[in-house]
Amino acid sequence: MALSNTGEVCLSARKITKRYPGTLALDRVNFNVYRGKVNVLIGENGAGKSTLMKIIAGIERPDEGTIELNGKEVHFDDTRHAAEMGIGIIHQELNLFPNMTVAQNIFVAREKLRYGMIVDDKRHMEEARKLLERLEHPLDPRTLVRDLRVGQQQIVEIAKTMAQPNLHVLIMDEPTSSLSTAEVEVLFRLIDELKEQGISIIYISHRMEEIMRIGDYVTVLRDGRLVAEAKVKDIDIPWIVRNMVGHEASVSKPKPEAERFGEELLRVEGLTLPGRSGGFALENISFSLRKGEILGIYGLLGSGRTEILECLMGMHPEATADIYLEGKEIKARSIREQIERGFAHVPEDRQREGLVQTLSVAKNITLSSLNKYARWFHLVQKKEEEHVRNTIEDLYIKVADSNLPVLSLSGGNQQKVVIGKGILTGPKVLLLDEPSRGIDVGAKAEVFELIRRFASQGLGIILVASELKEIVSISDRVIVLSNGRLTGEFAGEQITEEALVLASAEGQRAIRV
Amino acid sequence: MIELKPKRNRESQTHVGIGMILLKFRTFIALILLIVFFSFSAPNFLTSHSLILIASHVVLYAILGIGMTYVIVAGGIDLSVGSIVGLSGMIAGGLIYEGLALPMFGVKIFFNVFVVILITLMMGALVGAVNGLLVTRFHVAPFIATLGTLYVARGAAMLRSNGETFPNLVGDPGLGNTGFPVLGAGNLLGVPLPVWIMAIIGLIAAYIFKKTPLGWHIFAVGGNEKAAELSGIRVKRVKMFVYMFSGFCAAMVGLIVSSQLVAAHPATGETWELNAIAAAVLGGTSLAGGRGTIGGTIVGAFVIGVLSDGMVMIGVSEFWQMVIKGTVIVLAVIVDQIQRNLQNKLVLQSRSAA
Repeated sequence: MALSNTGEVCLSARKITKRYPGTLALDRVNFNVYRGKVNVLIGENGAGKSTLMKIIAGIERPDEGTIELNGKEVHFDDTRHAAEMGIGIIHQELNLFPNMTVAQNIFVAREKLRYGMIVDDKRHMEEARKLLERLEHPLDPRTLVRDLRVGQQQIVEIAKTMAQPNLHVLIMDEPTSSLSTAEVEVLFRLIDELKEQGISIIYISHRMEEIMRIGDYVTVLRDGRLVAEAKVKDIDIPWIVRNMVGHEASVSKPKPEAERFGEELLRVEGLTLPGRSGGFALENISFSLRKGEILGIYGLLGSGRTEILECLMGMHPEATADIYLEGKEIKARSIREQIERGFAHVPEDRQREGLVQTLSVAKNITLSSLNKYARWFHLVQKKEEEHVRNTIEDLYIKVADSNLPVLSLSGGNQQKVVIGKGILTGPKVLLLDEPSRGIDVGAKAEVFELIRRFASQGLGIILVASELKEIVSISDRVIVLSNGRLTGEFAGEQITEEALVLASAEGQRAIRV
Repeated sequence: MIELKPKRNRESQTHVGIGMILLKFRTFIALILLIVFFSFSAPNFLTSHSLILIASHVVLYAILGIGMTYVIVAGGIDLSVGSIVGLSGMIAGGLIYEGLALPMFGVKIFFNVFVVILITLMMGALVGAVNGLLVTRFHVAPFIATLGTLYVARGAAMLRSNGETFPNLVGDPGLGNTGFPVLGAGNLLGVPLPVWIMAIIGLIAAYIFKKTPLGWHIFAVGGNEKAAELSGIRVKRVKMFVYMFSGFCAAMVGLIVSSQLVAAHPATGETWELNAIAAAVLGGTSLAGGRGTIGGTIVGAFVIGVLSDGMVMIGVSEFWQMVIKGTVIVLAVIVDQIQRNLQNKLVLQSRSAA
């Protein structure tokens, strides 16, 4: 699709080709970045988006092709050089130092100095505070990044790039993947502000609604080639999907019937968890779960949504609650006990908490249930291999050989490995924390398909998700948290995006509109 | 041109394949090269006398290295093994030489050698348990915790005899505690007993590593402790086990050394922990945890042993020996990094190709 009547091009990539041994990551790709606009780049995982961004940000060098900045051809030696030319990048994976403060992270490698040699911490604190206020996230700049939640860390990452002097082009690689709705709003307002300042944004995202809302131009990549580019106002979501996958994908699915729920599986009464800095992380939360039911938990960052799952997994022995599993009272004291009782947990951060990167696909799958394959202390390999094979088939994990390292899989397949690990323990209750985070559209659909199948097999499922559309479409019932309190419960037809957003904002002290 | 492409691709792939195999077995290849080199340059290198001498040294590094591999794969480090060697020698030596004095009864108990060995091994595991407790219950960094026990255990060894040697540990037929030297000097089917011990410990260790849940739990804890914990693995128990196993191996080495020398000296085993770490690292164990093999460590111990003794035989000065040993260890790690990067690249390629 040709573009006519376009704005001023600020950066353009011309016929970029990048080969990695064995694959052609980019094949003569042209890409224009328009000044003061949001330039969306979209494509399935592996389409070459990240490679293209790495080339523009000076992390990788192209094999062929050139980059022009403001009409002049440029060659970046490294990221520092690219940064000096005004190109900033916010990576999808966080690049922060957990052992350093927020302010130190923001100014790392760009330290302000007094007398040319002494680090000017006061100025760091002040400027960091100003930046964070502008981002509407007045975090204390002295906080250690380690103590922040993932979404807050994302804000720090954004602030870090904002602190870069003479920023022209800002690359955002899935900046919203770990943000809640309210935080996304803040980010969008910030993007508008940046546009007004004439800063060009390159925006990578899998979320169609976001793209339609804030994008000005959209470029679609598929298999390392440019397939289409257009003005966002000329197109719609089906157009994007069509170009991304090469055919029209079916989106809707029927809502399952309520009759399939069995008897009550889990009941939690008065769950209370003391907060780290006084107050309560969770206060007197009660809910129940039936067999075959998918219970969604929605809430903003820090609302306590993750903590509920952690309490059920026995990770917070200091929490108090009356928990009944199949009518019998239990105490959630240790992870192992909870697994033996029939709880399985898919944690939020796949790399840090879900996978053992040094092990193979097969061993990551059986990690939680190795003792089941042991006769005395000897591992019976045949049984283990059989279960690995079944899991790989059942969950449609795409892997040539289960003995390959787990990192050789794509994000979506890695996630399925983590889910498979939980399922192999033979759970009654499956706890999923952001199961669709950082995986592509196709894999997302498969993961949700799996979740529905597990539910139809009689598992009780508790799912935390920050993407409204997802939680609305999959949940049979949703409870909403705000500041550690239960602020709403919705079932069936009552589950609407508006209702969830309203309930999640209830009792928010620092909400701004 | 298009037809040429796949062919070239395959060629480059087999190229990479051979390269990877060479890299993977690099330590083994280095060992063979060393043996060939010393056989030519040191005329007495290939005699049975010197081979047995080398083997008796290698066995010590290898057994220490096996225990160390367990600890390192689980993400820790054990600096105390050298001191445990000294301490366990003194415990065994003391029990044989002057018995267990019970002043309140005014008697001295002399144990049978077999019991002495058992007691010593248990003491070794106990020191390991102290390391494990410091690391798991009191959250002391492994480096510091085992550095502490390094000093304490060495001090305890010195205190046992005020720094003196327990000589002539042949025992007394009248007391029924003879036979200790057999452990170090004995033979079975023409192979020295210590070599058998190394082989048995090595086989058991390799079996646990690859064929039991415990073994894989060790790999998981070293690879990603948080994920291991969330998978229901009892991380603390796994860590306790590896430190106790390392202590056990060190005590076994202490027994073999004092039996070989028929004497126990409290300074025995100083800096041996470094040889154990070197053997593990040469064998491809990653200090970051989560990676390592027992076979690799044993080959690594052979490289160190052959290199040290070979250099002595061809008359390299002691000072140059140190320089060369250090260089070899660092080179080994550099090559290891190169291999790992190459492997990661291949993995990522297969991912983008998929």
